[in-house]
Amino acid sequence: MALTPAVTDLEQLKEHPEVACLLAWKAAAVEGAKFDRNELSFYIGRTALREACTTLKNDSALQYDALSDITCVDWQPLTPRFEVVYQLFSTVTKRQVRLKVRLPEADASVDSLTPIWQGANFFEREVFDLFGVRFDQHPNLKRIMMPDDWEGHPLRKDYPVEGYR
Amino acid sequence: MAEMTHTPVLDVAVDQPLVVNMGPQHPSTHGVLRLLLEIDGETVVRMAPDIGYLHTGIEKTCEAKFYQQVVPMTDRIDYLCPMTNNLAYCLAVEKLLGLEIPPRGQWLRVMLNELTRINSHLVWLGTHAMDIGAMTVFLYCFREREQLLRLFEAVSGQRMMTSYFRIGGVAVEPPLDFFNRVKAFNDAFPEKVDEYEGLLTKNPIFVNRLKGVALLSREDALALCATGPTLRASGVDVDLRRDLPYSGYENFKFNVPTSTVGDVYARYLVRVAELRESQKIVQQALEGIPEGSVKADAPKVVLPDREKMKTQMEALIYHFKIVTEGFTVPAGEVYQAVESPRGEMGYYVVSDGTAKPYRVHMRSPSFANLQTLSKMCEGRLIADVVAAIGSIDIVLGDCDR
Repeated sequence: MALTPAVTDLEQLKEHPEVACLLAWKAAAVEGAKFDRNELSFYIGRTALREACTTLKNDSALQYDALSDITCVDWQPLTPRFEVVYQLFSTVTKRQVRLKVRLPEADASVDSLTPIWQGANFFEREVFDLFGVRFDQHPNLKRIMMPDDWEGHPLRKDYPVEGYR
Repeated sequence: MAEMTHTPVLDVAVDQPLVVNMGPQHPSTHGVLRLLLEIDGETVVRMAPDIGYLHTGIEKTCEAKFYQQVVPMTDRIDYLCPMTNNLAYCLAVEKLLGLEIPPRGQWLRVMLNELTRINSHLVWLGTHAMDIGAMTVFLYCFREREQLLRLFEAVSGQRMMTSYFRIGGVAVEPPLDFFNRVKAFNDAFPEKVDEYEGLLTKNPIFVNRLKGVALLSREDALALCATGPTLRASGVDVDLRRDLPYSGYENFKFNVPTSTVGDVYARYLVRVAELRESQKIVQQALEGIPEGSVKADAPKVVLPDREKMKTQMEALIYHFKIVTEGFTVPAGEVYQAVESPRGEMGYYVVSDGTAKPYRVHMRSPSFANLQTLSKMCEGRLIADVVAAIGSIDIVLGDCDR
């Protein structure tokens, strides 16, 4: 299978039900969408993330009822620096979708998804521990992998892979 | 005689809950899991899992390696199913590259993945039964596991850290007698499962320890991001092999065992049924394995055969280039999820167009499934905690990465 170029034009992507659903909900919150290698991903405004997830979860046709994963990518020196990545899955339609939120380094925080999926707890703690991104209204935002007194966030790009910090 | 006086040994109020450490060096925690139990008598009031003892920073290390050098790292994440991790990573990178694997390679991958699932479930069954007190089953399970490890050794040279899959296929064609040996194992296996079930499924001691214990409702399982047998035993019919087929799984016929009960016994039944289904898939893979190459025809990605390297100039050049500078992968991002023995094993790989991955993230099933433990155990007896840990089948290497 040869690679086809990614489609990022919202108009062309409208036949995807996820795109139509999110545009009908709040077009201003959808900062961008991409269909690449058979995977659909969105950029969502940071303040609208939780509402976007609720919309996808409660939509009667889509029913994105499961959260697969939360992780983060550090794009230093680009700005905004962090990209928090959410993978949703529907156990009904068996479709996957990816939501991404861009966060600046100075104020790296986003709403926690624990009110929707309790299981976001560990994933968000991991991102907090390894990247230093904060999740507002998280019930227990503590380090999970590293010791409690550890300094720095190991998965940031300015943290060396080996040697002294 | 002087009146007897009683001095209290401990000066604590008795109505306060007691906090007990379970693990990290506890035989029933299946590795280095530490549980903080707040107990009232024999009842667990609150529970908080504490992990990170096996955190080795594999995700960070991957960023400093060439794409092909990451494969051996993936073995070490979930050390009970190395091939599943290999597969998820290789599929993710192949998706980034737009690379198609020849049918023989795909079928071989499926066959080995199912043998790995049997291997992993056998370790689970043996240790879980031993936690409950059934020693014999452990010995039986490890008897069959030994045969499987020998099969893995035959194919990859390693018993556990196989690293047999490559980006673009598998390392080498398996040895000549390999398929006969798999067939011999596979044909005899259903009887062995009967043997385990004969010892456990209707054993009153075993059943009484498991039935109605550590219940997890369908809603809680979904809210807590549970996947795999833990989710299926709570009544959600999801299996990524069937729902989002990868590596040619759409060519195989198998059932997805589920249960609506959601207790430890239901999870036991689901996994034992999965053993039988995996055996059927291996059977189909053996019968229908196509002829052809096990590697994709992509000289810039796949290492050439040794024979060609000795006779052809281009092959030698490609070999040198791949080994010394790696191969570049077009920029982009993919999330490839596969059904590991424990649940959804997902690899999120981001490429910036160079020969080293910009970011590799593993969504590990043990990490997510561990969150269900508190829900299962709170309000129940300490003895049930041991049964509950066994029933979610965690691997701490997978959990901490």
